[in-house]
Amino acid sequence: MPNWGKIARRSFLIGSAAVAGGVAFGVWQYRRDLPNPLDPGEGEVTLNPWIIIDGQGVTLIAARAEMGQGVYTTLPALVAEELDVAWDQIRVIHGPAAKAYYNAGLMSHALPSTDYDRTAWQEMMIEAMSIIPKTIGLQVTGGSTSTLDAYDKLRQAGATAREVLKQAAATRLGVGIDTLTTRDGRVIAQDGTELSYQDLATDAAAIDPPRRVDLRPASEWKYLGRSMPRLDMVEKVTGTARFGIDVRLPGMRFVTVRMNPRLGGPMLSFDATEALAMPGVERVIDLGTGIAVVASNTWLAMQAAEAVRIDWGAAPYPASSDALMDVIRAALDDPPNSTLRDVGDVDAAADNPSDRVIDAEYTVPWLAHATMEPMNATAHFTGDRLDIWTGSQAPGFAERAAAEALGLDPEQVTCHVTYMGGGFGRRGEYDFAVLAARVAQAMEGTPVQVTWSREEDMRHDFYRPAAMARMRGVIRNGFAHALDGRVAAPSVTRQSMARLTGSAPPGPDKGHVEGIFNQPYAIPNYRVSGHLADLAVPVGFWRSVGNSFNGFFMESFVDEMAHAAGRDPLAFRLDLAEREHGPSAGVLRAVAEMSAWTAPRPPGTAKGVAMTHSFHTPVAVVVEVADRGGDIALTRAWIACDVGTALDPAIIEAQMVGGLVYGLSAAMMEEISFADGEVQQWNYTDYDALRISQMPEVSVRILETSGHIGGVGEPATPPAAPALANAIYVLRGERIRDLPLNRRVRFVM
Amino acid sequence: MAISLTVNGTVHEVQLPDNVPLLWVLRDELGLTGTKYGCGVAACGACTVQIDGQAVRSCQIALADVWGPVTTIEGLGTPDALHSLQQAWIDHQVAQCGYCQSGQIVQAADLLSRNPNPTDADIDDAMAGNLCRCGTYPRIRAAIHAAATTLREG
Repeated sequence: MPNWGKIARRSFLIGSAAVAGGVAFGVWQYRRDLPNPLDPGEGEVTLNPWIIIDGQGVTLIAARAEMGQGVYTTLPALVAEELDVAWDQIRVIHGPAAKAYYNAGLMSHALPSTDYDRTAWQEMMIEAMSIIPKTIGLQVTGGSTSTLDAYDKLRQAGATAREVLKQAAATRLGVGIDTLTTRDGRVIAQDGTELSYQDLATDAAAIDPPRRVDLRPASEWKYLGRSMPRLDMVEKVTGTARFGIDVRLPGMRFVTVRMNPRLGGPMLSFDATEALAMPGVERVIDLGTGIAVVASNTWLAMQAAEAVRIDWGAAPYPASSDALMDVIRAALDDPPNSTLRDVGDVDAAADNPSDRVIDAEYTVPWLAHATMEPMNATAHFTGDRLDIWTGSQAPGFAERAAAEALGLDPEQVTCHVTYMGGGFGRRGEYDFAVLAARVAQAMEGTPVQVTWSREEDMRHDFYRPAAMARMRGVIRNGFAHALDGRVAAPSVTRQSMARLTGSAPPGPDKGHVEGIFNQPYAIPNYRVSGHLADLAVPVGFWRSVGNSFNGFFMESFVDEMAHAAGRDPLAFRLDLAEREHGPSAGVLRAVAEMSAWTAPRPPGTAKGVAMTHSFHTPVAVVVEVADRGGDIALTRAWIACDVGTALDPAIIEAQMVGGLVYGLSAAMMEEISFADGEVQQWNYTDYDALRISQMPEVSVRILETSGHIGGVGEPATPPAAPALANAIYVLRGERIRDLPLNRRVRFVM
Repeated sequence: MAISLTVNGTVHEVQLPDNVPLLWVLRDELGLTGTKYGCGVAACGACTVQIDGQAVRSCQIALADVWGPVTTIEGLGTPDALHSLQQAWIDHQVAQCGYCQSGQIVQAADLLSRNPNPTDADIDDAMAGNLCRCGTYPRIRAAIHAAATTLREG
């Protein structure tokens, strides 16, 4: 249970935010009474341990993984907005892994229905389902849910803490609480007397906080709604931010691992004789499906790992890309796992002789996350305790998995979460933490830092699955009359849930078809079925997950329908969106205006549009391309999003641009392929990403009409690939239905 | 045999095989972790430092081949005494995850030392070897222009 002492003990080694002699506010709501899952009016307003006040000032707990998306800035801003602390006095730490930091926002994606047109009853169900992450302590950074989850919770945490500080001051000064105000970490009385929060903290902690305080209206906000200086920025530009790979402990050894590149396959034998004779090498550890080399320096460990002769066993899946794709293609004809949208009568839709029917098949490849910071974790095992320092999007799961691997009780394991050099979903897994824990066990008493080489990282990912879609559309009188989509891929949800819980969840897999079944288009006959391909290739959450491939399938095909109908592709979409979801139509209109969509295009240039509603945020993208002597350059891009309430516009803009770049990189040039059971890509030399020289000029417009907080980390990724492919179609008349695009076109600066 | 190395103005005697890349000497031996490991093959630029004022990929420079004094991100400026580029990076709120930014800034410092008024094309040429998976490129461009102006106007 996180109390002040445990927070301090768990935090001090992370570094800059050591806390001494303070008070943590925090009462778990569920310790008093469990929320009634059937009553959404009760429940989620809790005073969580988000605030530490000590002699040095106020420390706020972020409790979410800072991997670039700005949670170390926006989450503290939510607390500070109500708590009244000066921006430059705020310190932020991740805090411990704890159930109190569960993410109820994850449940906002859980209903097997479209998200843009929820009924009150559905909202109530989602509220009720938040008991699930609360009960199991689901502390996960993912699903673009951090601000959605925190929006009320953290403002209440700040407001209720402010009220007990005022109460403490009122008691001490003998005045009414209503006569007091707060500013910059102080309570101020009418006579001008000022008491600092530090002075009041101990008294305040003894006061039972109110259950709920009226929150300030947006018109009074001083931090929210503004672009605040990121609280991690100075560290990150001076080389002083500590990532997992930067942890340094006294006596620490440097380690690397080399695991079977046939993922999940066994190690038959190994010979470490040569490696053990190499300089700096201390030990080679048998990990069962691979080896670890312990050395005095990471590079020496990596050199020695390469020198170990290893006989690898076979992979538990078909050995080549083609054979894997055959399994995925075959799944298209299997009975569907889901048909989450089935309106009208798709099969009978083309009953008019003038109807135009089009068919198309799309494929996308496996993708790696390729975070800039390779996987790593540092661990120290002392016989009855295990400490792990790592960049984790799911530290509670990392603790439990490491405990299980070592035969410990989870209470004996502590995961200290560091900054992450990119996450994109990869750091929601915990394989890197478990490997470090196992090495630490073998090296009992000695801290070990296990750093993967880039090659090991690239070839041992939990990949975005390859996927296929078979699409059929009917156009009647220039409008989309019917759309029938089938999607086949290995299931990320099932595989990851099986890893986490030991069994795959039954029932329809929404994540598998998100981005295609749930799009805000009023197509009168609209059906999407999801087909699961059973493959043992490790797959995982890759920025925008199912939307990352379904966005390409859907928005490429809608574009094909528009062109087949002889319509402008943006106007064609706008017709469909206007009748279904106002905010989605709004982002289309905005991006049309921004990009001067209807203006005559200069010769040798073309624009493409795409719009995806994902993570509660509709995002429309226009990409402009230019012909460069037969090659293609990306010249400009425009993004319009509707996030409901823009908590930090500069961070949102950065996430939109970053999400677009991540999607464009994959669309243009990224592919993981398999041969002999092994991934064929090794490094950024054969798995590159967009460079500054290829970067288009990007403009972002943030709209706030949707009525709810939308996610920002992921929703710009899905429309990137189709917008680009649609632009290339206009430029060349060539419809590209398989990624990456550089199989068919050459991109230049 | 100890090899002598000057980093950020401090002389170090290092006891390591002479083929160990400078990157790992900095990170694992000297504890200067601001310089990052990204790829080990000079494909990402995260490990960029300056030797004798010239930007190099420290993952490719063997300890024995370091030909002059080394400047890392920690030597360029500190939180209390920021380099103009670091200030510009803060003003333009460039970093997201931040992992590549040490290399980006050190590379940009090399560019501005040779070209005090770079065009966008100059920036693209100089910075194309520095990968950023977060996509901070537009703000990197803006920050380099801003720092160039600051440095020119003294």
